[in-house]
Amino acid sequence: MTKISRLLLALASGLTLIAVNLPLWRVRLIAPQYPEGLGMEIRAHTVRGATEHDLRSINALNHYIGMKPIEPDAIPELRFIPWLIGGLGLAGVIVAAIGHRRGVIAWLSAFALLGAVGLWDFHRWEFEYGHDLDLEHAIIKVPGMTYQPPIIGSKQLLNFTATSWPSSGSVLLGAAFLLGVAALVVAQRRVVEKPRSLEHAA
Amino acid sequence: MKISVQRSLLAGAASLGVIALIYACTPRATTRSLAVGDAASRVYVPPGSYDEYYAFLSGGYSGQVAVYGLPSGRLLKVIPVFSQFPEDGYGYNEDSKPLFQTTYGFNPWDDSHHPELSMTDGVPDGRWLFINANNTPRIARIDLTRFETDEIIQIPNSAGGHASPFTTPDSKYVVSATRFSVPIPNTDVPIDSYKQNFKGTLSFITADQPGKMDIAFQILMPGYDYDLGHAGKGPSNGWFFFTSYNSEQANTKLEENASQNDKDFIAAVNYKRAEECVAQGKAKAAPGEYFHNWVDSGSRLAKSEKKSGVKLLSPSDCEGVVYYLPTPKSPHGVDVDPTGEYIVAGGKLATVIPVHSFTKLQKAIASKAFDKVIDGIPVLNYDAVMAGEVQKPGLGPLHTEFDGKGYAYTSFFISSEVVKWKLGTWEVVDRIPTYYSIGHLMIPGGDSKKPWGKYLVAMNKITKDRYLPTGPEMAQSAQLIDISGDKMKLLLDFPTIGEPHYAQAIPASLIKEKQVKYYQLTANTNPWVTRSESEGGITRTGKRVDVKMIAIRSHFAPDNFEGVQVGDTVVFHVTNIEQDWDILHGFAVLGMNTSELILQPGETRSLMWLPKTPGVFPFYCTDFCSALHQEMQGYIRVSPAGSNVKLVANVSKKAQAQLAGDAAKQR
Repeated sequence: MTKISRLLLALASGLTLIAVNLPLWRVRLIAPQYPEGLGMEIRAHTVRGATEHDLRSINALNHYIGMKPIEPDAIPELRFIPWLIGGLGLAGVIVAAIGHRRGVIAWLSAFALLGAVGLWDFHRWEFEYGHDLDLEHAIIKVPGMTYQPPIIGSKQLLNFTATSWPSSGSVLLGAAFLLGVAALVVAQRRVVEKPRSLEHAA
Repeated sequence: MKISVQRSLLAGAASLGVIALIYACTPRATTRSLAVGDAASRVYVPPGSYDEYYAFLSGGYSGQVAVYGLPSGRLLKVIPVFSQFPEDGYGYNEDSKPLFQTTYGFNPWDDSHHPELSMTDGVPDGRWLFINANNTPRIARIDLTRFETDEIIQIPNSAGGHASPFTTPDSKYVVSATRFSVPIPNTDVPIDSYKQNFKGTLSFITADQPGKMDIAFQILMPGYDYDLGHAGKGPSNGWFFFTSYNSEQANTKLEENASQNDKDFIAAVNYKRAEECVAQGKAKAAPGEYFHNWVDSGSRLAKSEKKSGVKLLSPSDCEGVVYYLPTPKSPHGVDVDPTGEYIVAGGKLATVIPVHSFTKLQKAIASKAFDKVIDGIPVLNYDAVMAGEVQKPGLGPLHTEFDGKGYAYTSFFISSEVVKWKLGTWEVVDRIPTYYSIGHLMIPGGDSKKPWGKYLVAMNKITKDRYLPTGPEMAQSAQLIDISGDKMKLLLDFPTIGEPHYAQAIPASLIKEKQVKYYQLTANTNPWVTRSESEGGITRTGKRVDVKMIAIRSHFAPDNFEGVQVGDTVVFHVTNIEQDWDILHGFAVLGMNTSELILQPGETRSLMWLPKTPGVFPFYCTDFCSALHQEMQGYIRVSPAGSNVKLVANVSKKAQAQLAGDAAKQR
């Protein structure tokens, strides 16, 4: 690996580490009664309201449709996701330090796998909350209605329009992945094109 | 015969013509003059858009303050202050009752006159609004992050707190002067001993520390009627000016007996000098009991303390503290222009608007241009202090405000108009009729150093035909006048509550971003707070039963109670545990002899109920809070005295889960 390639990977690792503390996804809820909107922020370690009491209000409203309250302490994934993302970041730093091209491939593969599993899990979590309704005690029952917000884009859920978008953390993770790919490409090109110059240098 | 018929026909036609001519010439009131030109678009605030100004109009005999948006004239809120307000339980719930405490007991009503915004460096700053109670002299502070009354202080040694609560440019003090002179201290004396026994007081009340208003000192004055006041500013900073009438010291038929003298007085008070004298111990410790009531911010409970004793300063013990400026005739308003140089009086019966000069006032003091001395108060020579007189301005001048562009606007009650005149040249430049009989007028910041001189609000005393008739009593009418150009233009009429005397207004931008949206439940220190469903319940202490419950969309919890007995005093302590803007709940129980509770998000309120007969009594949410508001209800069972029905509250499913969770945590 070249200096540039290592630098790119180090940068990618840095962005990954920063993303640990940033919101990964945002869900925004607008209704006639909430022109100002309610919001939910998904971070690596927690789920919280966009403002201090938004989650409380969302849970209060969700009791009408029999949805389970969203309690960050009760979501097991949130306990290890920060470690996974943090570990990914640290691994990147190590790979950059060692400077082995195969390390980059392994790192990118792990990144892609974790990203895919993460998105799948997020989808599964939203599906479960949206579908696992306590219909026995639900106050508002609309036959066939479920309340799963979309992963990306908008969806009408009764009086609420739910809009979901990746947030700054995910943007950084995406950028980190692309930087990782760039690091690999640069390393690859150098290996192919510059053996002679390297010999000269030696 | 033919001729005579023709003649009489002709004569008849001619006389009809004359009658028609006379009828056409009869002057008619031109009351329905229309707002001109683009007035409609000037006051139109489209749905969902905001007004440019908050205007605070006193509620007069309603005792409250009404908040309007300008230029639309839309009523935004009524802030309860001096009168009980069953609409939200103010003065009825246990929490706010102490605000109504006075040395005369619980006073459920008063007459609120003059809203006054707090100021920083002579400009309204949007922190607080002060307002006076005229009947039982008091001053209230309204917090403008919540639009709520937070503090009320009673003024001792006073009767008729009319010249109040005008503030100094830094809001260090607000003032209150006695409209009625009375024996001080008030004792049983013959009324016709007025001249010997009756006195006035000018009170300076510290105002810049929320929750800590107090009487700094009082100045003992000759027994006239002290009417209105305004602080100096700029060069006249440190001075306060109060009008007085009844320098005749009449105690009966004042209408006639107090209108004899050509000139009464403006009292010019050097309050910095008064501070010095008080610091030097020249004020006497005088009796004077009063109540200070305030709201504790954490618990939102009002507290009350009785205080005793004031520092009373006699002008004869403190040379240079008060001067009298002779002023024609029975002056009402006294207003200081934005530069602080001119002091304008509104002599109710005067044919001119007299304007005093602060520079001349200082020179007159230095050269001792005194006509006489009354009770240690030098009377300055009128010509020595007069800056000018506005000639033939109108009839019955009352109040003046300023636009910051060199013009003054004076209200005329008798000729029912606003007259615009130029400071310095004293010439009248424009006039506009008001409908009818204007009292105060108001320009946003119009009594401050920097008026926002775009609009003027006229507050009229008589309404008559301005709106659809509503029986013998009509709402009072306010009028919005555009003063941005050379000519004043009438833009809008709008009805008001009670009787607005004075008003103040401020750009919305100085207030709207500071609004509290809910109270933090975690910061609620009310001793009866219920923060979650599992904390609710019912307890008995002798004959008193306390009920704790929460309100949240769309239920109370607990919502079934038993074990109350006839003869018990039941106190419902309801906490709205919502943490969401404008999500209110209410509470009322069948047959209660008080008002409902309205609960703002995060707040606890307590309502007292004395059940008189056995039975089952429903209670319900009175504020349409949510889709299932009609389901938000419950029952309390009342058994005969001595019954052995157990005292019990039901436990909701959620409360059970919470209790199980708490128990699990403890293990």
